[in-house]
Amino acid sequence: MIVQRLAGRLGISEIAFIAAVAGLAVLVPLANLTMPEGSLLHVSNATVVLFGKWMCYALLALSLDLVWGYCGILSLGHGAFFALGGYAMGMYLMRTIGTRGVYGNAILPDFMVFLNWKELPYTWYFFDWFGYSALMAMLVPGALAFVLGWFAFRSRVTGVYLSIITQAVTYALQLAFFRNDMGFGGNNGLTDFKDILGFQVQAQTTRATLFALSALALLGGFAAAKAIVSSKLGLVLIAIRDAETRTRFIGYRVEHYKLFVFVVSAVMAGIAGALYVPQVGIINPSEFSPANSIEAVIWVAVGGRGTLIGAALGAVLVNAAKTWLTAAIPTVWLFALGALFILVTLFLPRGIVGTFGSKLFGHRWSK
Amino acid sequence: MNGPKTTEALLYLDGVSVSFDGFKALNQLALLIAPGEMRAIVGPNGAGKTTMMDVITGKTRPDTGDVLFDGGQHDLTRLDEATIAELGIGRKFQKPTVFESHTVEDNLRLALKAPRSVFPTLTARRTAEEKARLDELFATVKLGSQRNTQAGGLSHGQKQWLEIGMLLAQDPALLLVDEPVAGMTDAETFETAELLKRINRTHSVVVVEHDMAFVRELGVKVTVLHEGSVLAEGTIDQVSADQRVVEVYLGR
Amino acid sequence: MKKLSLAIASLLLVLAALLTVPAGSAFAQTIEETIAKFATDRFPDTTRGVEEITRSGHPTALAIVEALGDNRLAYRRADRRVFVIGTDDKIRSAETGAVETDVDIDDLRRVRINNPIRQTIAAALGALRLGSSDPGQRRAAAEAIMQAREADQAPALEAALGREKDARVATAITQALAALRIVDTKQPESVRLAAIDTLADRGDREALVMLRSLPADAPAAIKQRAERAAAGVERHLSILSGVQNIFFGLSLGSVLLLAAIGLAITFGVMGIINMAHGEMVMLGAYTTFIVQEFLRANAPGLFDWSLLFALPLAFLVSGGVGIAIERTVIRFLYGRPLETLLATWGVSLALQQAVRTIFGSSNREVGNPAFMTGSFDLFGIALTWSRLWIVVFTVVVFACLLFVIRYTDYGLRMRAVVQNRAMAGSVGIRTNWIDALTFGLGSGIAGIAGVALSQIDNVSPNLGQGYIIDSFMVVVFGGVGSLWGTLVAALTLGIANKLLEPLAGAVLGKILILVFIILFIQKRPRGLFAQKGRTAES
Repeated sequence: MIVQRLAGRLGISEIAFIAAVAGLAVLVPLANLTMPEGSLLHVSNATVVLFGKWMCYALLALSLDLVWGYCGILSLGHGAFFALGGYAMGMYLMRTIGTRGVYGNAILPDFMVFLNWKELPYTWYFFDWFGYSALMAMLVPGALAFVLGWFAFRSRVTGVYLSIITQAVTYALQLAFFRNDMGFGGNNGLTDFKDILGFQVQAQTTRATLFALSALALLGGFAAAKAIVSSKLGLVLIAIRDAETRTRFIGYRVEHYKLFVFVVSAVMAGIAGALYVPQVGIINPSEFSPANSIEAVIWVAVGGRGTLIGAALGAVLVNAAKTWLTAAIPTVWLFALGALFILVTLFLPRGIVGTFGSKLFGHRWSK
Repeated sequence: MNGPKTTEALLYLDGVSVSFDGFKALNQLALLIAPGEMRAIVGPNGAGKTTMMDVITGKTRPDTGDVLFDGGQHDLTRLDEATIAELGIGRKFQKPTVFESHTVEDNLRLALKAPRSVFPTLTARRTAEEKARLDELFATVKLGSQRNTQAGGLSHGQKQWLEIGMLLAQDPALLLVDEPVAGMTDAETFETAELLKRINRTHSVVVVEHDMAFVRELGVKVTVLHEGSVLAEGTIDQVSADQRVVEVYLGR
Repeated sequence: MKKLSLAIASLLLVLAALLTVPAGSAFAQTIEETIAKFATDRFPDTTRGVEEITRSGHPTALAIVEALGDNRLAYRRADRRVFVIGTDDKIRSAETGAVETDVDIDDLRRVRINNPIRQTIAAALGALRLGSSDPGQRRAAAEAIMQAREADQAPALEAALGREKDARVATAITQALAALRIVDTKQPESVRLAAIDTLADRGDREALVMLRSLPADAPAAIKQRAERAAAGVERHLSILSGVQNIFFGLSLGSVLLLAAIGLAITFGVMGIINMAHGEMVMLGAYTTFIVQEFLRANAPGLFDWSLLFALPLAFLVSGGVGIAIERTVIRFLYGRPLETLLATWGVSLALQQAVRTIFGSSNREVGNPAFMTGSFDLFGIALTWSRLWIVVFTVVVFACLLFVIRYTDYGLRMRAVVQNRAMAGSVGIRTNWIDALTFGLGSGIAGIAGVALSQIDNVSPNLGQGYIIDSFMVVVFGGVGSLWGTLVAALTLGIANKLLEPLAGAVLGKILILVFIILFIQKRPRGLFAQKGRTAES
């Protein structure tokens, strides 16, 4: 029934988007696994990983768009939720290494043996169990978002103040995760993963599967976001974005709505991070860097905030440009990224989909 | 929850003072609105009209004084905006604020009396009852032809009416209407007065307005505010004859 | 153990010498004979040589022993003459100290030493320097004896104390004596107790160690007195370290203030979120670098004035870049703070990359002029000049800024625009120029901050990134729009940070501060010095 209700609200562009992502989820693994190398249709292993990363970024962008594009909360700390999800998955992957580590300790990950620790810290308990880790990848970012949001929204910290606070939070987390005694691998983070649910992380089939899962997660995230923004609650979110005080005077408890969407968004970002880590094979404190979070914001801005497809599209476009430029002319990338921030805010405030979408697809902005 | 004082009044303000950085926006203000009453509040700039509205709707906390609602049942100084709105006090702002990127219909839908908490709102569905209520509202505020227009595209007067429509959609016991005819043509002003009178048949209304012709048109009891307290109260003819009111308005 | 065997060995050698050398001459050794001992280059001879020459009071004795310790004492195998190779590479006669020009350094062999000899040398130097004509050297010698706790130097110290005229040296010698006497069981109890008091008066960590390291068999009265004295010293030290931490906190606070003060203008007064603020600081630091490079190449004599030249230049460079940013980007985004945030972040990325392209991504060497180098001692606290000057500098900048805003025509116009833009415009103030100038002012001050920060921080393209979050925290914590709030916030955070550091460590301390501010903003979203009133409402 929900599917039915949702399907009724989809525009042409959105159906095209779903078809495209679903198509990728099937075709990319097929082209990677069944086509011989050298064939025109073959997709290389590196490309599968690259696409997989983009899917995760797209999901992160989607989550950010949900809070920023629809509710006006510019979070500069979504990278923290992404990284926390990633760490939860990374901890599972570390624990499954078991005796195959350099020190061959069945319980303790290598870095703990190296630090001369005798016992597993309680924060690492149960992370040898995939289900628990997956749950934590969602719960931990969600809980952080809940606590942060509960304080911030209740005291009506809005606008740039909220942005600065979220940035400070991710910065503080970065500092914390750099510390060895936090027990999350310090500087080096978590890496050298062996397998996930018994499958080798490095194996071609595992990578193809992870890509397909990331694409599916993106679709799932899209469906959830779409369900939210096209409900009456979605109307309230936009009302809060455009006229917060007015919304309050009509009787909506703005802080509850913000908290809801912030937590949902953080969970989505956590899932994206959890899928990202096994594909790139490492998670370290630099994922918490404030620059990462703000870069995700520009994906959304480029694609078009307040349009779900735009956010996902923006993430892929900007990252494709990044991949190409950092390889072709590395020094230019940061200039290009800087220019992108400036030009998009000045000349394309509604982003690509927001500006051109209505012409191309008859798409209405912010719906 | 019994208030500290018992009163018959729908809205009861006594001894209310608010100051910003030493400036007394409200000074021992007292005001009583009876159930079913319509009251016009006039006063020069800085008389404290908007601050009074802020205090009633929970936006500003008074330094001292009682603000009670519904026969003294609720102490408004302890409640937040959303709770006060849910109790049945609706407010129209001086500057028309509607949700510009929503359609006119969505604006009214958001305002319609319905559960306001998160999960009911998430799962809310359009019902026949809701549609009937909306149709009724469109008839009242005469925006039927604009139903699917984005509210941002409405004219100034239309926005004022949409906002009044949103107030009605909430079905509050008391409507606070801040300068409803600012920027309206004479014809629109007349129509708005008629609308408010119609609304007053089923709701209590407090109108803050500069426009004396409009206040005369309403033909209700008038309260004159000056420097944060009540200067005079009575019919429009009584207060216009009051020497102090004349001085305040003409600056003599 | 080692010492004992060495002593026995040297005793045997002496006996052997007594047997071979005709009697009589053994007790009246000439300085030549003493010095010749070094030329045998055998450890026991060398040891005795050191001891004898120390007792001899010969004018070159100090030079010889010092040279021996530095491996600069040498002898010629041909004629067994001993020479001192100077730190200036000149060769001098050990006996006379006269420069010998016809000695070839290749003919010389250096006199070897081992660890026991090094100890002998250290003690000998103590005694020799106690007799030095330089009060500084005499004091250093007393300190050295105290630290080495050379019990056998006690007579030398006593003798030195008797002839000492300089009060500070006398104090040092008294303390050194006290350090020896406190553990000397041959001394009467009253002397040892007095020694404890002397050390307690000294009151530093050294004294604390000595007071705490009494042998277990010391009399109870002495132990008790020492324990009490140690507790007193400890109290004194903890107060000192508290004062020191507060100074460090003030210093950190003034750095924070310096970095944040420009932001207090652009963000606090104008409401513009300038994420490129840190890069304005960085530009100021690089301006300093360029000025110094220019002076090094063209007028090295003016190097000590480099900061003075850099200040106005940095103000102009950063201010100019700031005005350019305001005119080309920010002015189109007034009233849209979140967009301003993103656009200025873009500016910051581009500026960083530009500097990286021009100057490279590694740290650039910015020198400290003479008045910024070194440290000085204040009641036992070592303070660096650079930190102190930055505190002073910050105060001056803050005062100037207050003056500009309060008392100048521009300041009046600026405040008018901030309070009521439309009204200011209608009385003839060119509001957009005021905007540009104000943004330029804020950026220029950031540039000035960069000059100061170049003295204590690494000058790299990432310099600004390190300050931006802290600066925002300071401004928000202090209350947006309040310069005094920014001042109080910066100093509070600086001191709190330094007081937390010893308890929690630097990183954790910083995290705690961040968490505290985050919680504080929840509680008081408008900061310490909140502006009240309707205009302050969003």
